[in-house]
Amino acid sequence: MAPLDKNDASGSSADKGAADASSPDPLEIPRLSCGAMADLHSFEAAPEHNELLGFPGELLPNWKEVAIAKMGELAEKNRAFRVYLDTCVKCGACTDKCHYFLGTGDPKNMPVARQDLLRSVYRRYFTFAGKYFPKLVGARDLTREVLDEWYTYYHQCSQCRRCAVSCPYGIDTAEISMAAREILDSVGVGQKYCNEIIGKVKKTGNNLGLNPKALRATLDDLEEDLLDDTGVEVKIPLDQKGAEILLITPSADFFAEPHIDGLLGYAKVFHSAGVSWTLSSYASEAANFGMFIGSYENMREVAWRIRQAAKDLGVRRIIFGECGHAWRVAYSFLNTLAGPFDFLDQNYPIPQHILEFTLDEIESGRLKIDKSKNDDYVMTFHDSCNVARGAAMGREEGGQFEVPRKVLRAVCNHYHDMDPDTIRENTFCCGGGGGLLTDDLMDLRIKGAKPRMNALRKATEEHGVTHMAAICAICKTQFSKVMPKYGYGMDRIMSVHQLVANAVILEKRETDAAEKPVAEEST
Amino acid sequence: MAYEVNGQTIEHDEEGYITNLSDWSEDLAKVIAETEEIEMTDEHWAVVNFLREYYEEYQIAPAVRVLIKAIKKSMGPEVGNNKYMYELFPYGPAKQACKIAGLPKPTGCV
Repeated sequence: MAPLDKNDASGSSADKGAADASSPDPLEIPRLSCGAMADLHSFEAAPEHNELLGFPGELLPNWKEVAIAKMGELAEKNRAFRVYLDTCVKCGACTDKCHYFLGTGDPKNMPVARQDLLRSVYRRYFTFAGKYFPKLVGARDLTREVLDEWYTYYHQCSQCRRCAVSCPYGIDTAEISMAAREILDSVGVGQKYCNEIIGKVKKTGNNLGLNPKALRATLDDLEEDLLDDTGVEVKIPLDQKGAEILLITPSADFFAEPHIDGLLGYAKVFHSAGVSWTLSSYASEAANFGMFIGSYENMREVAWRIRQAAKDLGVRRIIFGECGHAWRVAYSFLNTLAGPFDFLDQNYPIPQHILEFTLDEIESGRLKIDKSKNDDYVMTFHDSCNVARGAAMGREEGGQFEVPRKVLRAVCNHYHDMDPDTIRENTFCCGGGGGLLTDDLMDLRIKGAKPRMNALRKATEEHGVTHMAAICAICKTQFSKVMPKYGYGMDRIMSVHQLVANAVILEKRETDAAEKPVAEEST
Repeated sequence: MAYEVNGQTIEHDEEGYITNLSDWSEDLAKVIAETEEIEMTDEHWAVVNFLREYYEEYQIAPAVRVLIKAIKKSMGPEVGNNKYMYELFPYGPAKQACKIAGLPKPTGCV
């Protein structure tokens, strides 16, 4: 890896890849800046965070043997991982596909170089050529420096899989990144952000650490707002046994902006549809960071809470709110992790996405819409990577791209797509996915958002786009933090269901009429 | 990693959030605010005090929207709005104000 290491000659151009709003080309390839991000070391987890997840608290004395054994175990158990390590022919197709490379210029953020950090060690211990002629095949020993380098650069991968789309062999860097983090965890080197959060889910049921009493108080407050705004008693039920639908949504929807507006949108849609639904305080989280750290056991434990909540509450359907990687876990893995869901109504998708539900309501004409309510906005849509490249939606191929756009077009008069090379299966990560949405990685997050921000800038210049909608809690938080660095206000990122909420016309049902005096008192 | 307040040493984590919540005092809040380059005004204190009261009852910080609504009630709409909250706490009323109020950092996708 020596040619890609930091050296004095290139070190001075380290900031060349930094946020620069003057360049409108989202695909512009930066000047190489070796070692630009070599010193970025995300905070490591405390021993108690690691131990709660079943990992050693601190770096093991025999970490090297454990790490190599773990790598061997993964290569044995996960055939795809082994194929990814064996197959790369260095064609170079992936080199300019990573938003972190485009944003930082650090060549180790090229997907092939990121893979090689692990592949070089795999070769050394698990291939004939690497065992006997390591230098000839780019094989290297596992040393403390290599372990640190893994930690640094595998926490600069958001596992978005844009590079995998371009790889002729379909090598998925996300899988390698997940494996690397699992190896790191197995020797006692965890990342604080992810591991602390998974621990909170185990204790409280959500990433925030929101207990049932606080959750109910927040929902009461939001119900009050809904009544004030609409004059209609729209409920946000919690732990309601016998409800038809269990909504699993990211806990950011109970806390952050613009996420909460999305939650109000779901509530309005369910109210309008006349279905009974509930949230669960036990499974009050859609996110599953177990995937980010490549830990099947932790991913399963988090997913299992959803099954448990669905059984305890006796619901017949499960619907997921706006959360990117949660939808990948839900759509692609939930049945394996926590199935079979034979106790749910088999006439509906298991699980279903809130956008599928909303689109059905719109297309059937049951949901009444006044599009002019969103006339202040010229919208575009940011495809979230885990939805775009890790899941599907609706009844047709490519539904994960079409369903959100159909909903947006149904509730907004002004909609334009961004550059085709930056959307749909080619979408750029927001810059904060895959367990990197932490303040200690802010420099990386700002730089990694550059391709998306340049695509947005282009859409603003060409079509007058003012706002961008997303269906992922991470994307929303990330953009609200980094958009101001690129000349957009933090309120320029919106939830798709926020726009639905604006446009939906609520009809008072009979129960509302009976409770009308209450509504009048509070207005 | 520690703050020095009136001769006392108060430990904090890598990001400046205090380790023992019971170590908090108004003097400590002023010290934390200083490291955040914030000069505490009555409006800042209103936010910090509300956060602490809310935490006392619910063991977690409130959603930004809940905070703003409460401040709007107590100090009027000129103070109780999103824009002004970010003027008071440029790094965000949730994280930065929690740090000064001696509460844990909100975690997750927020």
